[in-house]
Amino acid sequence: MQVPEDLLYTKTHEWARRAGGEVAVGITSHAQEELRDVVFVELPKVGRTVKQGEAVAVLESVKAAFDIYAPISGSVSRINDAVAKSPQLVNQDCYGGGWLYAITPSAPKELESLLPADAYTKQIQASTH
Amino acid sequence: MTQSFNAAIGLRKTALYERHRALGAKMTDFHGWEMPLYYTSILEEHKAVREALGVFDISHMGQVLVTGPDALEQLNGVVVSDLAQVGEGRACYTLLLNERGGILDDLIIYRLGESDLLVIVNCANRASDTEWLRSHCRGSVTVTDISDGRAILAVQGPRASRVLEQILDARVAGLGRFGVAPIRTMGTDACLARTGYTGGDGFELFLPDQHARKLWDLILLQAKPLGALPVGLGARDTLRVEAGLRLYGGDMDEATTPLEAGLAWTVALHKRRFIGKDALLKQQETGVTRKFVGFELSQGPVPRQGAELLADAGGARPGQPDVGGRAGGALLRRVGTVTSGTFSPILSRPLGMGYVEPAFAKPGTALTLTVRAQRYAATVVKLPFWKGESQQAVMKRPGGQVAERRSSAT
Repeated sequence: MQVPEDLLYTKTHEWARRAGGEVAVGITSHAQEELRDVVFVELPKVGRTVKQGEAVAVLESVKAAFDIYAPISGSVSRINDAVAKSPQLVNQDCYGGGWLYAITPSAPKELESLLPADAYTKQIQASTH
Repeated sequence: MTQSFNAAIGLRKTALYERHRALGAKMTDFHGWEMPLYYTSILEEHKAVREALGVFDISHMGQVLVTGPDALEQLNGVVVSDLAQVGEGRACYTLLLNERGGILDDLIIYRLGESDLLVIVNCANRASDTEWLRSHCRGSVTVTDISDGRAILAVQGPRASRVLEQILDARVAGLGRFGVAPIRTMGTDACLARTGYTGGDGFELFLPDQHARKLWDLILLQAKPLGALPVGLGARDTLRVEAGLRLYGGDMDEATTPLEAGLAWTVALHKRRFIGKDALLKQQETGVTRKFVGFELSQGPVPRQGAELLADAGGARPGQPDVGGRAGGALLRRVGTVTSGTFSPILSRPLGMGYVEPAFAKPGTALTLTVRAQRYAATVVKLPFWKGESQQAVMKRPGGQVAERRSSAT
């Protein structure tokens, strides 16, 4: 299972990448494996204020729709138009071209509540064994 | 993201259960049966069936044998179709109705011999259908549930005929659409039928469990180089939606009549009697208040069961696709409900089916699909969405017929 060391994770299988003043968000490799076949992505509007843990985006596979939660509070600064046009990017490149949206954090300290790679890896190992 | 793991305790298993596990299938609880949802990917398996070959384990479906000198006549008084017109070695798609004209189940009936009829029923209705047939067939008729110990494999796709011709010691290509024939294969007596639930060419094989395992292995082994895949219930559902085929329990139930469900073509009103006939005649006079339709979106979310369909309160108008796929702020009211939907990997767009008020059922009518409080433009289209192999310009089918209205259930 691919869990890059330089990212932070949520228990609900989002990843967060800090870059400049922004935090980019996507779903983990484990999550996209579970979803398979993503066919539709609904992204938040740029400028929307979101709270940590709030459902802000939706991924749909053929079988079901899944909420994607904000790993931290802030305002949505950018969204990935490419993934809205080509939802399969989530399956093909979940840590790169399949990123979903970016947040300008309003409480950067919240990042400390996220899981480092080793803790997240332990969590998914516990859930699959 | 929420994950759900099936407890999978106390579920029934088919003869191929160990095969599914060994192939790494994601299993699901389907009406009490632990069945493969997908092996690798619903979309990949879907494409394999459209472009090459897919093999399905559908042994969860019920097999009920109706035999005896009065079998044909008695069964004909129960189902909506005229079985007298189904010759030996032929099959038909038909319905069981209650007295109110409500659909109890949809079936495929195979006329194996003059007085031997094999009835394939949905797994959830196996016991109730058997009881229904037993209680309504009088005279010299025996109704037997023969499902236990027997399997059904569906071998579907443009390569099905060629592959089975090689594997089975039988003249497969000569069997017409909706034909059924006894064959000997894997050292046993079996039945081969040119039926399926994908809207394309394909076959269904009825045989004992142990021989089904051998045949499953052989087909997958031999047809792998041709692009064959094992296919789970996930793709079985997306394929049947693409083909415009109804699913019992989702698209129709006891509160739905064949006239509402767009299945009037199955009903032989000229028959002297069948259960539900009076109710249908009455509804034919009064008219229906809802009609089953297919609709498509140019883009957007997957239409799912229960989603609302809206339309311009002023009445039906020809399609006016909005730029960006989202409907504008016109005054809309609810005119219907989605019962099935999927994303079609072949047509590359979301497809849905459901019931709307009759005024909005005409192909070309603009509808608005509501998903998570957002609105998306949809257009009523004629079913099926996918019109058979000819649409793809792949191999021509020996039977020659295209896009038959056909359904067995899941």
